[in-house]
This record gives sequence, C-alpha cells and structure tokens, in this order.
Amino acid sequence: MSARVLVGVKRVIDYAVKIRVKPDRTGVVTDGVKHSMNPFCEIAVEEAVKLKEKKLVKEVVAVSCGPQQVQETIRTALAMGADRGIHVEVSGKDYETLGPLQVSKIFAALAKKEQADLIILGKQAIDDDCNQTGQMTAALLDWPQGTFASEVTLEADKLKVVREIDGGLETIKINLPAVVTADLRLNTPRYATLPNIMKAKKKKITNVKPADLGVDVSSRLEVLKVEKLKEAGRI
Amino acid sequence: MANPLRAEVVQLYKTLLFLGREYPKGADYFRDRLRAAFAKNKDVSDPEKIKELISRGEFVVKELEALYYLRKYRALKKRYYETE
Repeated sequence: MSARVLVGVKRVIDYAVKIRVKPDRTGVVTDGVKHSMNPFCEIAVEEAVKLKEKKLVKEVVAVSCGPQQVQETIRTALAMGADRGIHVEVSGKDYETLGPLQVSKIFAALAKKEQADLIILGKQAIDDDCNQTGQMTAALLDWPQGTFASEVTLEADKLKVVREIDGGLETIKINLPAVVTADLRLNTPRYATLPNIMKAKKKKITNVKPADLGVDVSSRLEVLKVEKLKEAGRI
Repeated sequence: MANPLRAEVVQLYKTLLFLGREYPKGADYFRDRLRAAFAKNKDVSDPEKIKELISRGEFVVKELEALYYLRKYRALKKRYYETE
C-alpha cells in the first residue's frame, strides 16, 4: 500500500497543570507553563504508527501549526514513530487567533500538496475543546469522515470505523481518502522513550508558511473575555 | 567484565531519570530516590546479579509508563465522559 497518512498534533498546556486565568481576563497564563502534545493527538499518532507497523500505510507525516516551540511536539510524534514532520509557521497575533477554521484550511491544502490518503486528528484539543477541525477538514476536502473513532480497520480501499456516540457504538464504512478523529479508547499511546527521541533527531522536519499553501490565517472571531467558572462543577 | 553491562546500567539510569520528570510527587523526589537506589548497589560485581538488577530497573520503567498512562486516561475520562 502506498498510502500516506497526515497526523495533526497540537501543542497544548499539559493536562495535569492547574490552569490560571490571566488577571486582565484576556486568556489563560501560558508563559513558563508546562506544555505537551494534546492527549487525543497522541492517540491519533499511535493509530497512524500502528497502521504503518501493520504495513497498511507507507508513510506517517506529523503536522503542527504554531511558533518555534511546536517543533518539540513534532519531535515527540517522530519519537513515537512518525517518519517526518511538517511545521507550519504561525506566530504572534496570528497564533493567538488560530482556530479550527484556519487549521482545517491548512490541513486541506497540505493533504492536496502531500497527496495524503488519510488524515488522523485528535477529536478535540483539551485547551479550546472545539471538536471542529476534523469535521471542517473533511468538508473542505469533500472527503468522508469517521469521527470519535474507537476502532479503525482498513479493508481493501475502504475504512471501517466504529464511532462512540451517545447511544452506544456506531459502525460505518467509508471510502478512502478520509478524515478520522481519534477518541479516548481508540488505542493506548506508546511512551516516547529516550532512545527513540534520540533516533528521531535524525528525522526531517520541513518548515512551511500558511501563505505558501495559499491559506489566509486571519480570524473573524474576537475573544471578549476569559473567566473561571464560578460554580462548582465540571471545569 | 562489567564493561558492556556498565553501558546498560548507565542507559537504564538515563531512561529512568528521563521518565522521572513527570513523576506525580515531583521530579526532585524521584531523582533523589533514583540516585539512592543506584548508589546502594554500586559495589555489586557479579554479572548475574547486575543483570537481575537491570531487569528490575526495566520493570520499574514499565510500571512508570503504565502509571502515567492510567493517570492520563482516568483524568480525561473523568473530564470528558459522563460517569454513570
């Protein structure tokens, strides 16, 4: 199989960190705070690497959008088994307003450029909880989507996806190329061990600008305020 | 003699140190106890015993990976899924 898989990985504040809202209420404190790969993105990378180990796909490309620091996240994906990385450079004000719409446009452009057959993303990021990028990417490419995937099986040129939905589990069969978003129970991501991180240093990360892909990353959204929830409950 | 094993022991120590950064009780707590554990066995010279200690160390590596995974899984499950 000559399939190429694009995996999106997002650099977010580590899941175990206690989030603090900035005093001016424009956002959360990110300076000096521990960041790591979005847990659902880890599951996405693991699934792609598993497909490669089963020899069902040929190449796994890890993609991340953001400033210089996202290279650490791409390196983690490479240590987990991705073959190469693409760093889409977005920084400053553009990065602050970067959201699912802009990221999905970038992914759609990259999918065409790299001739990807499958895009695997995490179902949502634990910082913005949008749960939109996968769906928007599929729509922009006019590809079928298997979202909230808890099981993915490649059958010839079709993908069987078991989805976790409110009522239980739904099994669908979709054509390739397709977009899949990973849910919590899809797999158990491997830990990026030290020897693998060392080996990953030899793997290549190419830099790309959104303009090179013909994508406009300006946002039409404006964050008015960010506040902590006042009542006890789920945060 | 103990030379090829020395490389393995150093590799094990580095791996554990790297894993210890995420330890729930703190990286410093972990590092201190790691150093104490390795220092306690520094005079062991029997290759068999060294191999046994190395495999014990590798077991700890697996335990830590499992601990980190479970911690993350349970936190995310609690946050994102209805508990019945």
